[in-house]
Amino acid sequence: MKKIRKILERFVEGILTVSGAITTITILLIVVFLFREGLGLFNSPSVEKGYNLCVNASNPVLHLSSVDIMEIFDYEATNWKEFGGADEEIVPFRFEEIFDRYPEEEMGENYELLPVRLGEAIASTPGIIAFVPQEYTPEGMDGVKVLLNDKITPSDFFGGKQWIPTATPAPQFGTLPLILGTLLVSFVAILIALPLGLGVAIYMSELASNRMRSFLKPTIELLAGIPSVVYGFFGLVVLVPLIQKVFNLPVGETAFAGSIVLAIMALPTIITVAEDAMRNTPRAMREASLALGATHWQTIYRVIIPYAGSGISAAVVLGIGRAIGETMAVLMVTGNAAVMPHSLFEPVRTIPATIAAELGEAPAGGPHYQALFMLGCVLFIITMIISVTAEAISKRESNKGL
Amino acid sequence: MTGKRTNQKIAFWIFRILGLVVVAILFWILGFIIYHGAGVINWKFLTTAPTDGMTGGGIFPAIVGTFCLIIGSMIVAFPLGVMSAIYTTEYAGNGKIVKFIRVMTNNLGSIPSIIFGLFGMALFVNTLGFGDSIIAGSFTLGLLALPLVIRTTEEALKAVPDSYRTGSLALGATKLQTIWRVVLPSAFPNITTGLILSIGRVSGETAPILFTAAAYFLPKLPSSIYDQVMALPYHLYVIATSGTDLEATRPIAYGTALVLIIIVLGMNLLASFMRRHFGKKVKTN
Amino acid sequence: MIEAKNIDFYYGDFHALKNINMVMEDHTVTAFIGPSGCGKSTFLRLFNRMNDLIPGARLEGECLIDGKNIYDKSVVVDELRKNVGMVFQKPNPFPKSIFENVAYGLRVNGVKDKAFIAQKVEESLKGAALWEEVKDKLKKSAYELSGGQQQRLCIARALAVSPSILLMDEPASALDPISTSKIEELIHSLKNDYTIVIVTHNMQQAARVSDKTGFFMLGELVEYNDTKKMFLNPDKVQTQNYITGRFG
Repeated sequence: MKKIRKILERFVEGILTVSGAITTITILLIVVFLFREGLGLFNSPSVEKGYNLCVNASNPVLHLSSVDIMEIFDYEATNWKEFGGADEEIVPFRFEEIFDRYPEEEMGENYELLPVRLGEAIASTPGIIAFVPQEYTPEGMDGVKVLLNDKITPSDFFGGKQWIPTATPAPQFGTLPLILGTLLVSFVAILIALPLGLGVAIYMSELASNRMRSFLKPTIELLAGIPSVVYGFFGLVVLVPLIQKVFNLPVGETAFAGSIVLAIMALPTIITVAEDAMRNTPRAMREASLALGATHWQTIYRVIIPYAGSGISAAVVLGIGRAIGETMAVLMVTGNAAVMPHSLFEPVRTIPATIAAELGEAPAGGPHYQALFMLGCVLFIITMIISVTAEAISKRESNKGL
Repeated sequence: MTGKRTNQKIAFWIFRILGLVVVAILFWILGFIIYHGAGVINWKFLTTAPTDGMTGGGIFPAIVGTFCLIIGSMIVAFPLGVMSAIYTTEYAGNGKIVKFIRVMTNNLGSIPSIIFGLFGMALFVNTLGFGDSIIAGSFTLGLLALPLVIRTTEEALKAVPDSYRTGSLALGATKLQTIWRVVLPSAFPNITTGLILSIGRVSGETAPILFTAAAYFLPKLPSSIYDQVMALPYHLYVIATSGTDLEATRPIAYGTALVLIIIVLGMNLLASFMRRHFGKKVKTN
Repeated sequence: MIEAKNIDFYYGDFHALKNINMVMEDHTVTAFIGPSGCGKSTFLRLFNRMNDLIPGARLEGECLIDGKNIYDKSVVVDELRKNVGMVFQKPNPFPKSIFENVAYGLRVNGVKDKAFIAQKVEESLKGAALWEEVKDKLKKSAYELSGGQQQRLCIARALAVSPSILLMDEPASALDPISTSKIEELIHSLKNDYTIVIVTHNMQQAARVSDKTGFFMLGELVEYNDTKKMFLNPDKVQTQNYITGRFG
């Protein structure tokens, strides 16, 4: 009997030990799955799946980046010189245009002659670049060269200035506008939240009576408890029209609206952490300052705030972390235009909002889907850096104690 | 020498005003939603499905869906979180392992919820083949709630005086018996408080369930854990942003927001009430 | 001259000081002794109104400095504290440089003249017998100093704002014997310029440094007398018992 019980206890304790590692395991799983899906992006061709780009055999150009391709088909780049070719005008050619050149009869009954006709068209036009389905590619025909289908590169992803995941022939996965949008909205949010939050933290730790404090504390907890979708809704129906009216803008859904909502959402974090840090300033420091004839306010800004400095920095870092990762509220109020942000009063789009808005429509396993997971990886790395930084800062704090 | 006192007066007035501003923000948000939402909520609103392309009817399926997700995610998070907290507080001592685990728990807690959504979609929806379902959403939300459950449970366990443990061990009980019969029962109220807090957190989350569980419009109730469900926060997002007739859906949005706030803040208030109530009890013991 | 008239002091319901009357002359060192919790520190902190910071504290009676009641409504607390310097039980320098620690009191009182500040810092450090040890590292953090040096730095910091009174709350209790004796020497030399009140639970220290001694017990001033008389032939039997070590 006793033996069985002992074995049973060992077993239960084993399970407990394993469950101790559950958070570590979860993080590992998140990393594995995020990167497994995301890194696939750099194995995807830069041209839309199932298609090839063909040029005239005389054309010396071999590689085109996805941005080059888009510029060509948007008629923004017009001469092969720009890509290291001859001084020749570029003739973009979409697959459907073949039917303008040849009557339907000449394609054969089951379009078996289509590749031949395409080949003829390509061979006869020196400046052509044709976007054709793989099954109809006139491979091996005289006068036709199939361009090497490059893979999407990290520099396309991190350096690209355009995010147009549904563009043809080459979808654009440039995340610069999204990353900058995220940073813009978050930093302005902190700029708004920091003075406000620090002020409230000072008020709560130094000035408020016990009764006032016991009223403010739960108020701030409630503020922290409101779901982000409710903040987003509030922002949408109250702040957005207000901003539009006050600043006389064409639309109220702007980076500024996002920053204000995020500032409100980051406030509880900033207040709580900063207040804790200030309350932890030793009594001896206060008394020493007051005993030298400093006023309470001089004591606060000359002694208490510097002493609580690392705690306050941790508060700022955590606030930024909260703001950068926030999804729903931002999605609802920033207007979601994936363009390089120029001003606070234009629509922008952040990384989390992009994921939330597009993942539902991206076919699983495709480059768009992979690009969204890669965005997730970027966000994950940013938040990990932030949380490690906050940890390091508060560790410095605990070492400071004499 | 009057300058520094004038400075102090000005500075302190600014801080008082800032304190008021924060209170004002909260009351503005709550007041706005209560003012517009209170008139919408009635028995019919709470017990019927949306109709007329979501411009009419109620939010019953969304309430049920959120309820399912709460229960499901707690079934995932509660046992795991409590066991993990028992390991770190009762077994692991104070060494490097515990520090590492604590850092990892903090890190998990700081991961944005949209990442959980991505992860849940990759693992539960696609790899494990659950599809968009209650079970996939519950696992995702459960993992999101883990750090909170672990932290609150750890605090609850630490609040149990060591004399309880030594007393039990001295009577010949094993460590596990001590935990099971002495430590857990006396930590129970505080663990429950943590559970309620986690429910509050989970019920308001939208991003994690976007791609793992939530349905745009689904008037029927789920019949198994592999069904998709509507959920209050997602429903609010949908009718606030993508309705065909925004004017007609506004009242429903206000009502939904109010119901959501009542659930979330209700849980928070209940938790802080319990904390105060049981907190006192522990002290007088 | 410091004068306490019919002082009663309460922390909430607790009656911490009971009807205390006392006069301290200029340029003397007065020591307060007594068992822990007897109220001697509380009494000391009345004279720079440090007890104002404690919620629920209440004072009855009058504290006069040079004939003026320091609890009068017209008194500005920070001006008072500038005049009444204080040194605390544990060295509590700010997390700033040595120089900035001493300059702090000048800066918060609106002094901007750099040359004046530098001169005052040097004077104060010399006054606290610390100048020779730190003159080459004024920019270094105050935390790099030893405990005894930190305490002398705190004394220098108090001297910099030119107070007329120095309150010392067990200034040597956290220090080693050598540092303690340096502080005691310093107290001797400061007596010429300042009125010093020191709280100590070390009777030998009181005997060594002070001119007059007050013995406190349970919130009452049991005996206040010349130090010599107090330690050789006290008037009260409780004092006798305490000095000969019959109380815990």
